Amino acid sequence: MKLFKLRGGVHPQGRKELASERAIRVLPMPDRLFIPLQQHVGAPAQPLVKVGDHVLKGQLIAASQGFISAPVHASTSGRIVAIGDYAAAHSSGLAAPTVTIASDGDDRWLETDSPSDPFSLSPEEIAARVGAAGIVGLGGATFPSAVKLSLSRKNNVRTLIINGGECEPYITCDDRLMRERASDIIEGVRLIRHAVGAVDVMVGIEENKPAALLAMRAAASGTEVKVIAVPAMYPMGWDKQMIRALTGCEVPADGRSADIGVLVHNVATAYAVHEAVRFGRPLVSRLVTVSGGAVAEPGNLVVPIGTLVETLFQYCGGFSEKPARLVLGGPMMGSELFSAAVPVVKGTSGVLALTAREIGSTQAAPCIRCSSCVRACPVGLLPLEMAAHIRAGNSNAAVSRGLKDCIACGCCSFVCPSHIPLVHYFNFAKGELMEQERGKLKLEATKKLADERMARTQRIEREREAAAAKRKAAREAKEAAAKLTQTITEAA
Amino acid sequence: MSEYLLLLLSTALVNNVVLVKFLGLCPFMGISKKMDTALSMGLATTFVITFTTAGSWLLEHWLLMPLGIEYLRILTYILVIAAVVQFTEMVIRKVSPPLYQVLGIYLPLITTNCAVLGLPLLNVQENNGFAVSLIGGFGSSVGFTLVLVLFAGMRERIALASVSPVFSGAPIAFITAGMLALAFMGFAGLVPH
Amino acid sequence: MITAMTSLTILGAILGLILGVAARVFRVEGNALVGELLDILPGSQCGQCGFPGCAGAAQALADGSAPVTLCPPGGRAVAIALAARLGVEADVSGVKDAVPMIAEVREELCIGCTRCFKVCPTDAIMGAAQQIHAVFREACTACGKCEAVCPTESVTLVPVSVTLHGWYWPKPV
Repeated sequence: MKLFKLRGGVHPQGRKELASERAIRVLPMPDRLFIPLQQHVGAPAQPLVKVGDHVLKGQLIAASQGFISAPVHASTSGRIVAIGDYAAAHSSGLAAPTVTIASDGDDRWLETDSPSDPFSLSPEEIAARVGAAGIVGLGGATFPSAVKLSLSRKNNVRTLIINGGECEPYITCDDRLMRERASDIIEGVRLIRHAVGAVDVMVGIEENKPAALLAMRAAASGTEVKVIAVPAMYPMGWDKQMIRALTGCEVPADGRSADIGVLVHNVATAYAVHEAVRFGRPLVSRLVTVSGGAVAEPGNLVVPIGTLVETLFQYCGGFSEKPARLVLGGPMMGSELFSAAVPVVKGTSGVLALTAREIGSTQAAPCIRCSSCVRACPVGLLPLEMAAHIRAGNSNAAVSRGLKDCIACGCCSFVCPSHIPLVHYFNFAKGELMEQERGKLKLEATKKLADERMARTQRIEREREAAAAKRKAAREAKEAAAKLTQTITEAA
Repeated sequence: MSEYLLLLLSTALVNNVVLVKFLGLCPFMGISKKMDTALSMGLATTFVITFTTAGSWLLEHWLLMPLGIEYLRILTYILVIAAVVQFTEMVIRKVSPPLYQVLGIYLPLITTNCAVLGLPLLNVQENNGFAVSLIGGFGSSVGFTLVLVLFAGMRERIALASVSPVFSGAPIAFITAGMLALAFMGFAGLVPH
Repeated sequence: MITAMTSLTILGAILGLILGVAARVFRVEGNALVGELLDILPGSQCGQCGFPGCAGAAQALADGSAPVTLCPPGGRAVAIALAARLGVEADVSGVKDAVPMIAEVREELCIGCTRCFKVCPTDAIMGAAQQIHAVFREACTACGKCEAVCPTESVTLVPVSVTLHGWYWPKPV
């Protein structure tokens, strides 16, 4: 099949060989699981359990609230020992509401109903089951999948693209999943297609994963699913890049792929959909790559949601040397972790322990205006210009140069010969603008309150004056009447 | 006709009022931080200069010379300039309040922009005719606007650069202005003598 | 001498007449800017800027006699909005939200006197007589009026704690 030309992109050293040949292993159930209530984009889930409750694996422990939200399920059977703040898997190290479960060691599943033929279900029913299973985009975006399914159906999506790009260096979980669970993924893909009524179904896989391509092609033969090899380059796994490569269409700025009739899901999401619809199993575990030069035995593990990152490293033989940096996700877009005592969440595709050698120099030098970043940017922005404006304290000027379209892929920082932390500037500016936006919203809300209060106090004042005037008039009338009576009496 | 075109070109570029005659340096440094304000200031000044050169020529030849009261030249010119500036201010205030706010104190200060007074005085000195005065005034003010916008663009870029603390702010702006003036010297070769 | 005086007087009179007519033609009804600036300001009438209420502040801003960074409760968001409206460059780096604050009731000190509740310009304090009061975080503008009237120093302004939702990377150096 003809592929379309792409913009920008870089070719970082893959380093996937560390973990790509290690078969999937299942992590033994840890004693305690720390399950955050917000592992998705949107409103946090509302807890339904109390401390002391006994839960079964797959039992709903927090319900979704609002349109864009996802429920959370117990990752094993056990007792709820705490509901409160616990350090989140985030660079800030700040705490987030978390449910802590002490495992009872049985790992007993909740009885679930599973349809005899999932394809006999109506599209709405599939979307509902996906939503109830708490499935979110497992490629890292963690957008609730059910919302995407129902919106796509409404928008008449014609093309379904399954993203098997996995362009981040080190990360191999999707690769392994495609090699070992290809037929399950294909069934998940067909279920998604059934749910949205798409006509074309394409699975895009980077050509540096020949084994995965082979396995997926074998599983897809005889179905309507087309498996296509796409060039290996970063950020191939960015959904809009994948869309451009396979369809030649470009998603408009601040638009969604549904606007051009395309729906993109990750292969791991397709697998989770299969598990949820075929077996009624909610998303309680995911495949995580544990890798990096400092890890003794890198590998790909099936990890219950809520397992601490340090448990993963321990299971992989600990550290062979002292890691210089722990990273959640891939080295390009992942976030630095300052503590390994944070839980794995639905969006965690990998945890890396990198050595000082792997990180390299980070001393920034002045910009030499070589425009390498402009060539590397897959969105077609001018990173050097935007960063210069942000550095000068003018984030709004960066917005008019397309800051909001920046996907923080890190290509610009990667190619910069001066090691300028360009993406760091953009993340800072986005955070700052978000804060301003929140400030503005709050201001509008409080202004309304202030106006209402002003109107109320004025009305009360007016009413009091009116009442006083009325009383005065009544008193005067009475006095006048009294005087009149007196005069009459006197006259008489 | 070509003579007038040449006059326009010469006053705008070769004998640029700011960078060659060094008149009107105050708004040149003051209103050149942002491109759009620089353009507005340039346009306002263009309007004022064009009108005052015309007005002062008429006054010179119809009032001062016939009555023999040339010694009141500066006084009458300032009167005309002040009136035109006042008029411009009223119009801008009505048409664009934000621009009025931005130009702020520099708008009434167009009155004391030495280019505005200097150009009519030069016209008298060189005994120019009405058309030459008018076109010369207009050309000069176009040159003023051009240089102001160019300089504002450069300062916008400088604001992004990492300038050593010793030079940051006004010093680097003066150095840039000097270089811009040097570059404008190059236009001297445009018109063959 | 007479010629000079007469001609100048006539010239002045003519120019004055033109300007007088122009002033009528181009008259600006009030100052539309003040209204627009008032819309940007928080409207809590807290008086922290030193002007009597937000209307006074808007007037001062329109006159150019006050900097755009005058409003402490509005913080950076307001300073930026004002600067954009007035077309001036604001040194918002100096504002830095003066550490965002919020009112907090210390329950062990609150005597339920309802004074804070009565002065709050945004109805951000809930309470009744002899009941411990509470602050709605979303509605509080940290104007400090409650802190000023509290007889037991129970209401204090405290810095807003950073949440996971609001956290972002610091500016690279």
